[in-house]
Amino acid sequence: MSHTASRMKPPNKSAKVKTGRGLGYFSLLIKDVYRDRMLYYLLIPFLLWFLIFKYYPMWGIQIAFKDFSLFKGIGGSEWIGFDYFKEFIGSEYFLRVFRNTVIISLYGLLICFPAQIILAIMISEVTRNGFKKIVQTLTYLPHFVSVVVIAGIVTTFLAPSSGLINLILEKLGMEKIYFLTNPDYFRGIYTVMNLWKETGFASIVFIAAIAGIDTQLYEAAKMDGANKFKQIMHVTLPGILPTIVVMFIMKIGSLLSVGYETIILLYQPATYEKADVISTYVYRSGLIDGRYDFATAVGLFNSVVALVLVVAANRISKKVTDASLW
Amino acid sequence: MIESRGEKIFKIINNGLLALMAIAALYPFIYVLSASISKPYNVVTGKVLLFPKGLTFGAYKEVLGNMEIWMAYANTVFYTVGGTAVSMILTICGAYALSKRRLRGRKWLTIFVTLTLWFDAGMIPFYLTVRDLGLLDTRTGIIIAFACNAFKVILLRTSFEGIPDELEESVKVDGGNDLHVLTRVYLPLVKPALATVGLFYAIEKWNGYFWSMIMLTDMDKIPLQVLLKKMIVENDVQSEFAAALDYTSTISAETVTYATIVVSILPIVLVYPYIQKYFIKGMLVGAVKG
Repeated sequence: MSHTASRMKPPNKSAKVKTGRGLGYFSLLIKDVYRDRMLYYLLIPFLLWFLIFKYYPMWGIQIAFKDFSLFKGIGGSEWIGFDYFKEFIGSEYFLRVFRNTVIISLYGLLICFPAQIILAIMISEVTRNGFKKIVQTLTYLPHFVSVVVIAGIVTTFLAPSSGLINLILEKLGMEKIYFLTNPDYFRGIYTVMNLWKETGFASIVFIAAIAGIDTQLYEAAKMDGANKFKQIMHVTLPGILPTIVVMFIMKIGSLLSVGYETIILLYQPATYEKADVISTYVYRSGLIDGRYDFATAVGLFNSVVALVLVVAANRISKKVTDASLW
Repeated sequence: MIESRGEKIFKIINNGLLALMAIAALYPFIYVLSASISKPYNVVTGKVLLFPKGLTFGAYKEVLGNMEIWMAYANTVFYTVGGTAVSMILTICGAYALSKRRLRGRKWLTIFVTLTLWFDAGMIPFYLTVRDLGLLDTRTGIIIAFACNAFKVILLRTSFEGIPDELEESVKVDGGNDLHVLTRVYLPLVKPALATVGLFYAIEKWNGYFWSMIMLTDMDKIPLQVLLKKMIVENDVQSEFAAALDYTSTISAETVTYATIVVSILPIVLVYPYIQKYFIKGMLVGAVKG
C-alpha cells in the first residue's frame, strides 16, 4: 500500500528530481529538507522510539547464537553458532510445542473461523435494525474484556468444588470433572473460550463484505424461486468468497503464532503436554528459567518459520484473488 | 414485501438462534455480577444461576476497603491515560510527517516503520532492551516501552492523506508553519480516526497485563490486571476466607474475586456501547490493510 502511494508523486516533483541528478540534486535536497524541517523535527522522537524499542531488540537477537552472559553483555558474549537451535530441535519439547501450536491453531481454523462466517450471515439476515444492533453489541462485548478477566471467569466456572459447571454436573447426577488439571480438556476449553470471546468481533469483516453484495442478485435469485438457504448458498457465500479466502490465508500464515497471554493463565504443569505452545515455552525458558540465549533461539526459529508462512500465504493469496496483504 | 412461509420460519429460527447467542455472550457477565452480590453460601452451593440470592454487598465492602485494589486501580488509570496521551503524540507526529508526499525519504522512512509489523525481535530481546535501559520496575517504562505501533501509524497516516493539499496551502499563505497546519486543519478533520486510534491504545493499556507483570515487581506500581491475575489465577485470596464459609457469611474468596472483576470491567462496559462504532471502523480498516 505504501509503495503505490509513494509512486504517485505529483508530476512536477518527479520532473524536478529527474533533472536534478548531480550538483543541483543535493542543493535541491538540502533546500527541500530545510523547507520541511518542521516535519523532520516531528519525526525525530517518533523514529527514535522505533529505533530503540523495535530495532535495538533486533540487534539483541544475536544472543541466539551466543553463550550470553549478563556481565559481558550482548556484544561481548562468546559466539557458539547453532548450538541452541540443535538443542531445541533435538529435545523432546520440540515436537511437543510444535504439535500443540499447530493443533490449537487448527482448532481455531476449523471451529472458530467458520463460526465467524455463519454468525455474520445470520446477523445480516436480520431485517429489524434494533434487534440487529443489540445482537451485534452483545456478541462483540467479550472481545473488549481483558484476558485476565476471561481466564478468571473460566477458572472459577470450571473449579472442581464451587465452579458453576461442576455444580450443574452434580445436580444432573454426574461426576465432577477436573477440567483444568486434565490435559485432554485443555485445547477444547481454550477453543471454546476463544469462540465465545472473539467470534462476534471477528464477524465484522464478513458482515461488511455481505453488506457490499448487490441486492439485485437476491431479487434475481428470488425470481428464480430460490429459498433463503439457496440464496445464502448461491448469492451470499460466493459474494463473500474473496474475503473468506483472504482471511483464511491470513489464518494459515499465523498458524505458528499462538499467543502466550491467555495460555499462561490457563495451563499448569499437569496440562503442559497438551497446552504448551512455542511462545509459552519461550516465556518459561527465558523469563522464568532465565535462559535468555536459548529462549531467544527458540523465538527466532519460530519467527522465521512464521515469516516464511506469512510470505507464502500472501503469495498464494495474490494468485488466488486480487487481494493481498501488501 | 410478501414473505413466504419458508421465509417466516427461517426468520424465526434465525432470530431465535441469534438471541440465544447474544444471551450466551452476556451470561457469564450476568452471573459474575449476580454472584458478586449474593451470599457466598448460595454461590458455592450453586443456588445462584442467574439472579442474585441473599443480597449482600460484603464483597464490595471488602474490595472498596482494600488499599491494594485502590492503588492498582489508580495505576491502571494512570497507565491508560498517560500511556494513551504519549502514544497519541508520537503516533500523530509520525503519521502526519509520513503523510506528506513531498517529504524527502518518505518511502524509506515508511518501510522503516512498517517492517516492524512483519518482523518482531521477540519477547527476550525486548525484555533485555527494557532492562538495559533501566526501565524495569518503573512507571515510565510501562508508558514508554509500548508507546507506538506501526499499524496505528499507518491507519492515521491514511486518514491524513485523504485531506486535500489546498487546505495546507491556505494556512501557509497566512504565515502558518507545518505545526499550525497539523493542529488547526488536520487534527480537527480526522477526529473519528483519532478516536479510533486513541481508543485502541486505551483499551490495550487498560487490559494489558503481561508486560506489567514481567516488568513491575513493586506492588505499589502494578495495575489492576496484574492484581486480578494474582487474585484469580494464583488464588491469593482463597486462604484468607477459606475458614469463614457458612450460611451467614457475607464474603468469600469467590465473591471477592467476582466483585473485583465487576469493578475492573465496569468502565469498559459503561462506555463500550458509545464507542463501539470506532472499533468497528478500525477493525474494517485493519482487515483491508492486513
